[in-house]
Amino acid sequence: EPRTLLVHTLRDTLGLTGTHVGCDTSSCGACTVHLDGEAIKSCTMLTVQADGREVTTIEGLAGADGTLHPLQEGFWERHGLQCGYCTPGMIMAAADLLARNPNPTEEEIRHGLEGNLCRCTGYHNIVRAVQYAVEQTGART
Amino acid sequence: MNAVGQPLKRKEDPKLITGQGQYTDDLTLPGMLHATFVRSPEAHAKIVSVDVSAARERPGVSAVYTIEDLAGACGPMPMAWVPPGVEVKTPERWPLAKDEVNHVGEAIAMIVGSSREVVADAAEDVIVEYDPLPVVTDPEAALLPDSPLVHPDLGTNKTHEWSLGGGDIEAALGEADVVIERRIVNHRTSGAPIEPRAALADFRAGELTMWSATQVPHFVRLFMALLLGMTEERVRIIAPDVGGGFGAKLQFCAEEILLGWASQKLARPVKWTETRSEHMAVCHHGRDQIARVRLGAKRDGTLTGIHAKILADLGAYYGILTPAIPSLGGFVMTGVYRIPAVQTDVVGVFTNKYFTDAIRGAGRPEATHMIEVCMDQLAQELGMDPLELRRRNFIPKEEFPYATPYGVVYDSGDYEGTVSLLLEHFDYEGFRREQTALREQGVYRGVGFSTYTEICGLAPSRATGPAGFGMQAPGWESAAIRVNITGGVTVYTGTSGHGQGHETVFAQIVADRLGVGPELIDVMHGDTATGPMGLNTYGSRSMAVGGEAIAKATERLAEKCRKIVAHALEAAAEDIELADGLFRVRGTDKGMALAEVSGLAHVRPELLPEGMEPALEERFFFDPENFVFPFGAHACLVEVDVETGKVEVLRYLAMDDCGNPLNPLLIDGQVHGGVAHGIGQALYEQIVYDEYGQLVTGTFVDYALPTAAEMPTFETDRTVTPSPVNSLGVKGVGEAGTIAASPAVLNAVIDALRPLGVDYLDMPATPMRVWEAINEGGASRSRHRQPGRKAGEPGPRSSSTPESG
Repeated sequence: EPRTLLVHTLRDTLGLTGTHVGCDTSSCGACTVHLDGEAIKSCTMLTVQADGREVTTIEGLAGADGTLHPLQEGFWERHGLQCGYCTPGMIMAAADLLARNPNPTEEEIRHGLEGNLCRCTGYHNIVRAVQYAVEQTGART
Repeated sequence: MNAVGQPLKRKEDPKLITGQGQYTDDLTLPGMLHATFVRSPEAHAKIVSVDVSAARERPGVSAVYTIEDLAGACGPMPMAWVPPGVEVKTPERWPLAKDEVNHVGEAIAMIVGSSREVVADAAEDVIVEYDPLPVVTDPEAALLPDSPLVHPDLGTNKTHEWSLGGGDIEAALGEADVVIERRIVNHRTSGAPIEPRAALADFRAGELTMWSATQVPHFVRLFMALLLGMTEERVRIIAPDVGGGFGAKLQFCAEEILLGWASQKLARPVKWTETRSEHMAVCHHGRDQIARVRLGAKRDGTLTGIHAKILADLGAYYGILTPAIPSLGGFVMTGVYRIPAVQTDVVGVFTNKYFTDAIRGAGRPEATHMIEVCMDQLAQELGMDPLELRRRNFIPKEEFPYATPYGVVYDSGDYEGTVSLLLEHFDYEGFRREQTALREQGVYRGVGFSTYTEICGLAPSRATGPAGFGMQAPGWESAAIRVNITGGVTVYTGTSGHGQGHETVFAQIVADRLGVGPELIDVMHGDTATGPMGLNTYGSRSMAVGGEAIAKATERLAEKCRKIVAHALEAAAEDIELADGLFRVRGTDKGMALAEVSGLAHVRPELLPEGMEPALEERFFFDPENFVFPFGAHACLVEVDVETGKVEVLRYLAMDDCGNPLNPLLIDGQVHGGVAHGIGQALYEQIVYDEYGQLVTGTFVDYALPTAAEMPTFETDRTVTPSPVNSLGVKGVGEAGTIAASPAVLNAVIDALRPLGVDYLDMPATPMRVWEAINEGGASRSRHRQPGRKAGEPGPRSSSTPESG
């Protein structure tokens, strides 16, 4: 179907169900993936628009040997998730934020994640999780 | 080191942070069909005709069903509250509309086909002819004699009346020196978990398996069996990973029964996932009460009585608990205060909206909001400090267990303790000085308090069951525990977690009782075909009831282990202690690890004590003697931009007491999320219907869930007052934050705006509402000049501005 959305191709055709759908108005960000390295909401893009471009989903974030990305570690260490439904989108959005701003203030983290909704955590530990990743990344470089 | 009490990282997380979780919509089965629903755009109308012929002919469509197809196949949807001595007018609610629709979104036809796109297109082919009927959406207007009736056959829009009281309320208020009266609107909200509802039904060989994004798989199994005329062992409900519930998934849904039935009829698996727009329209809402509250006190602040008359807008139909929810507030209407006379009167009303039911807190946030907002209002009237007024009336620590005037017994408490802790984190006097100084500069800050208790740990069956409150369900919980041959442990709980961290914290409980690490303990939940029947997760019950059942089952198992070890090592069972990971003979280094005990019990049963059963498996069903009553003291600090009306939360402090903390990490997480939910209601979120019954807030664009940018950093701390109701000494914490937060926020906003003539405000304190309140208050005070408007010029009138007494 030409009208198939990117998120449905990822989930239904490719079986990459880590990317979620939480709304129908591009509001919640649960479907956030990277397109050519930048975060996009995959519910707001037709699959045909992604033709020839590189898509990274949550399944592709950890290293090939299973080493967690610092953000994945951070969400685990800092209890940045409860039900886990928003988490893949939240992590992908945070990865994009850190790519653009490797050392954000708390304010910048909060505004950087404005396009991703979470109902469980009140965002407190999500912010801590991102800060953990910043610290780890700093420590490793 | 004990596992209990440690901030253990969650066992749940590795799969969820890598995209390996399995939520209902992630699942597919061979031959699976998709379903969608044709829903009414009318709020109240006769259905003149439904033409499904074009939809049925569309390629890929397997079936289109209306209520006629369903005839005789299943009964109307259930409601589980039959309070003794109370008449509850109960309309029939069918899974698909019969003759008329009573709210926007009511399902008229179900379409099943080969793909999501096919059924969406086919839904557009269905032609429904409506004959509109008069609509009523205002709950007060709905009780007027000339109001249109939602269900004319019931003869009234009044659903029921329910009262709970103790002491002579009129005499108590008569003795008061000051009585304040407020009309408090607690508006309609949505639970809005980020995962929408979804279900996948697979009927084959006489058995129905259904995966559902639910909090209550065991209830769903019972209702599916009853409605489809099956026996329960032929129905298996699985709640896989569930993306949040917040009460929104504490329901038995029309879509679930239709999917099960359609799968049987078509002999194919059928899946449905609701859209967010559907969720906002037809996943049950919460709150929606108008209360008239009178609170009386002596001049010195001593409370004499509180009377809450609650008008509850229940919507057009009932879910499983709809009319019961407002009454839950009546159980804590005395709050944390010693009040000699307390009276709660509930009147329910039908309107042409979707039904309300339990949303995080369920009746208790509404009651707490009434009490705590009125305490601030009373303090103002008395010229007293709001925190001092509270402290003067606290039930003292020595008086627990405390019997409220209406018979509910609070288990334990130390309200002064949480306030003292709060004041360690918050320089109240300093804030007041700063507040005064900043006002001179046109900066308006306020502080609001909420000292709360809540009733949870649902529930002692004798209190809530048919002979008590009238729920047609018990309140116990089950646990089963099996040690596998090689020493790993599998635990089954009848609770059904959906983000709380049960797999982690329940493993901690078991670990300490068997001398193994939590990593060897696997907690199974949410599948009715494994483990004993359970009663699911809601009402902050999982730890206080489910956790206790696990502790007790584990202790039974540990007792058997001690007997086995004593027999094997030729010692007395009472001399076997658990130390260093061994069941050890006291005072010796002789002992056996759990894996050795299990190997013996399974593989060499002939070596067990005479008459002992082989294997290592126990279960326990725990029915508590009482509820548990968490409590705490919260403070919210806000700054209001008086030019735009925008409220910013500067600080939020939550001092809670949920009894013994089993995993502090999880407790803080529950408090954060709960408080955010309460702040969301206080400032942003609202379900709005217009006068025609059209839903105005049908998406996340219009329904303003808080984002990271609006939420503050939460400052949390705890006191520990164990509950005597269970051996773990725990209380619940899932709903506490939500129950506490909204009055703290609203009191802070009012506190900020008092110099501008604003002494009361209803939620949500949106910029528009706050700006209007400032400008109405300011209109009578020429010194508070607003930009673009001359002093003394009347501001815009607000239809939502409340009257206040």
